[in-house]
Amino acid sequence: MAKAKSQWQGFSLKPKKEMPEGLWTKCPGCKKMLYTKSVSENLDVCPECGYHFRITAAARIKYFADEGSFEEIAREIVSTDPLDFVYRGTDYKSRMAAAEQKSAGKEAMLIGKAFVKGRGIMLGVMDFDYLGGSMGAVVGEKFCCAVEQAMSDSLPLIVFSSAGGARMHEGVISVMQMAKTSAALAKFDENKGLFISVLTDPTTGGVTASFAMLGDIIIAEPHALIGFAGPRVIEQTIRVELPEGFQTAEFLLEHGFIDQIVARKDLRSEVARLIDYCGK
Amino acid sequence: MSQINNNSVRTNYLDFEGGISQIDAQIAELKKLSMQKGIDYSAEIRDLQRRQVEEFKRIYDNLSAWQTVQVARHPQRPLFCDYLNLMIKDFRELHGDRNFGDDKAIICGLGQIGRERVMIIGQEKGRDTKEKLARNFGMSHPEGYRKALLKMRFAEKFGIPVVTFIDTPGAYPGIGAEERGQAQAIAKNLMEMSRLRVPIISIVIGEGGSGGALGISVADKLAMLEFSYYSVISPEGCAAILWRDGSAAPQAADALKLTSKDLLKLDLIDAVIAEPLGAAHRNIHDTVYNVEQYIIKTVRELKRMKIDNLLDARYKKLRLIGTNATTSGLKKNRPDNTAKPAIKFTAAKPITVLPRPATV
Ligand SMILES: [Zn+2]
Repeated sequence: MAKAKSQWQGFSLKPKKEMPEGLWTKCPGCKKMLYTKSVSENLDVCPECGYHFRITAAARIKYFADEGSFEEIAREIVSTDPLDFVYRGTDYKSRMAAAEQKSAGKEAMLIGKAFVKGRGIMLGVMDFDYLGGSMGAVVGEKFCCAVEQAMSDSLPLIVFSSAGGARMHEGVISVMQMAKTSAALAKFDENKGLFISVLTDPTTGGVTASFAMLGDIIIAEPHALIGFAGPRVIEQTIRVELPEGFQTAEFLLEHGFIDQIVARKDLRSEVARLIDYCGK
Repeated sequence: MSQINNNSVRTNYLDFEGGISQIDAQIAELKKLSMQKGIDYSAEIRDLQRRQVEEFKRIYDNLSAWQTVQVARHPQRPLFCDYLNLMIKDFRELHGDRNFGDDKAIICGLGQIGRERVMIIGQEKGRDTKEKLARNFGMSHPEGYRKALLKMRFAEKFGIPVVTFIDTPGAYPGIGAEERGQAQAIAKNLMEMSRLRVPIISIVIGEGGSGGALGISVADKLAMLEFSYYSVISPEGCAAILWRDGSAAPQAADALKLTSKDLLKLDLIDAVIAEPLGAAHRNIHDTVYNVEQYIIKTVRELKRMKIDNLLDARYKKLRLIGTNATTSGLKKNRPDNTAKPAIKFTAAKPITVLPRPATV
C-alpha cells in the first residue's frame, strides 16, 4: 500500500484561486467558463454555443419524459458475475458495487413505462456512469424485457444509447447480447412495433453494432460521438490522424446512417410527432 | 536427407512444445544415423514416437487459455480456404455485395459437403504476406457483412442451408469502414440471421473476434474447434484496458473464459469439434474430416425440423443467452436444455490418417 500523499502544496506568493467547485463549468465546445446553473437550467446544453453536455440517466429521464411519469420496471435485475472475473487486485463484483454508487440505477440501462407529451411509451435509457454504459447480460435482458413489454402493451419503444462497448467482464456472454437484442427487435419488427433509437454521446462498440442501429427511426443528438470502433482504436490500427468531425452525428447523417439530428430541447416534441405519424 | 530437412523446416513449434521438438530432433538424429551407418534404429524411433504421443497428450490436455490463443493463431493452422479445397465439392464462388465492392476477407459461395448442398460463407485471413494483405488479415469491412447477408438471402430463397466459418481478429476498425457503416452492417446481419428461414450452422475454426465474428455467426448450431477461441476482446486489448499492462495478456485470456471448453460449460456453444493429436495444424486432413462430419450430421438434423419450429428454437436460444448470468435468470426463464450433455464431437468412423498435403 502506498502512503497517502500529503495535501501540502508548499508556500506560494500567488493569491489562492477562489473558485468553489461546481459553480463554474468550462464548456468543451466554446471553451468559455459558464455559470453551472445556467447550463443545468438549459437541459445541460451550453447557452453560448449549444454544446450538449453528457448527462446522467436520471437527468435524461427528467428532460425527456413527462414529469413524474417514468415507472421503472425490472430494476432489480443484476449480474451474477458469471465468469468470476478477477483482475489487477480487484474484481467485477466490487466494480459493480462501486458503479452502483455513481449511477441512478443498478445497471447500465434503466427501462420503464413513461409518457412523452401525453403519449404512452416504453422507455429505455442507458447510463454511461455505470461502467461506461457497457452492455452485459443485464442490459441485454432488460432491453428484451422492454421490447416484450412494448409488444404486449402496443407501445412505441424509445431507447437512448450511450455506451462505450461490450462488458468485458462478462466475456462472450456480452458479445452475444448483440444477437439477443437484435433478435428481439426482429420480433418487434414483425409485430409492426415502432422503435425509435436515440444516439447520444458517446455510442460505440457492440451497442452501435446491434440495437442502436436497428431503429425504425434513428435520431442523434448534435455532435455526439457515434461509431463502431473507438477513435483511439482506429488511430492505433491505421496510424493516421482522423479527419475533423469523424464519427460525429453530423458525419453519420452525411453518410446516410441516421435519419435526423435533433437538439435536446426539441426531442420531446419531435419524438411525439413521429409517434403520431406512425399511428402508435 | 532432404526429406527430413523439409519436415523439420515445416514444423513450427510453440514455446510450450519444448518436449515435442526435442523428441523430433532425436528422431531426426536417429534416422540420419541409420541412413549414414546402415544401423536399424526403428525400435528406438518407435519408442520415441510413443513418448511423443504421451507428451502431446500431456501438453494439449492441459493447455492454458493463453496457449490456446497461440494455437488458434498458429501460422500453419488450417484456414477457411483449406476447408474449401479439401471439403467442398464443386464450389462456385459468389462475389460482391451489389452495392460497394467485393470484400475479400469474406468468401461466399455454393458448394456440396457430402451429399448436402450448402451456402458456404467464411472469413479468410490469407496464408502468405501477399494474400494476407489482399484479404485484410480476415478483418472485413461493411461490404463483407452485406455480401454475406445477400448470399444468405439467396440461400433462403432456394432453401439451401447456410454454413459459416469464423476466423477473424475482428471487424476492421478504419475510416472507410466507419464511413460505410460497419456498425449498421453487423447489426443488420444479427437481426436478419435471427429470422433467416433456412438452417444456419457456424463453426469457429481459429479466432472468434467479438462482433466481427458474431456478424456471420448467429446460428442454430454454433460449434468450435477444440483449440479455437472466441472472445469479446483480444486478450492483449483486455490486458491493456483492465490490467493497464499489455503483457498481462495471459491472465486476461484466462479471465475472459475464451476457450471452447469454457464456452461449452457456459452453455454459449453447442459443440466442440475435436482436433487431432497436437492440434489442427499437425494434421489438416483429420481436422477437415471432423468438421465435415459435424456439418453433415448437423445439416441433416436441422433439415428434419419444420422451419417454424427451427426458428422458434433459434429465437428461444438467442433470447435466453446470458439470462442465466442475471438475477432474473435465477427466478424464471431457465432454459429447458440445462440437462444438455456436454458434447465433444469426434467423427464416428476412425479417422483416416492421410499424409500432409505437399502444398501447405
Ligand atoms: Zn459552449
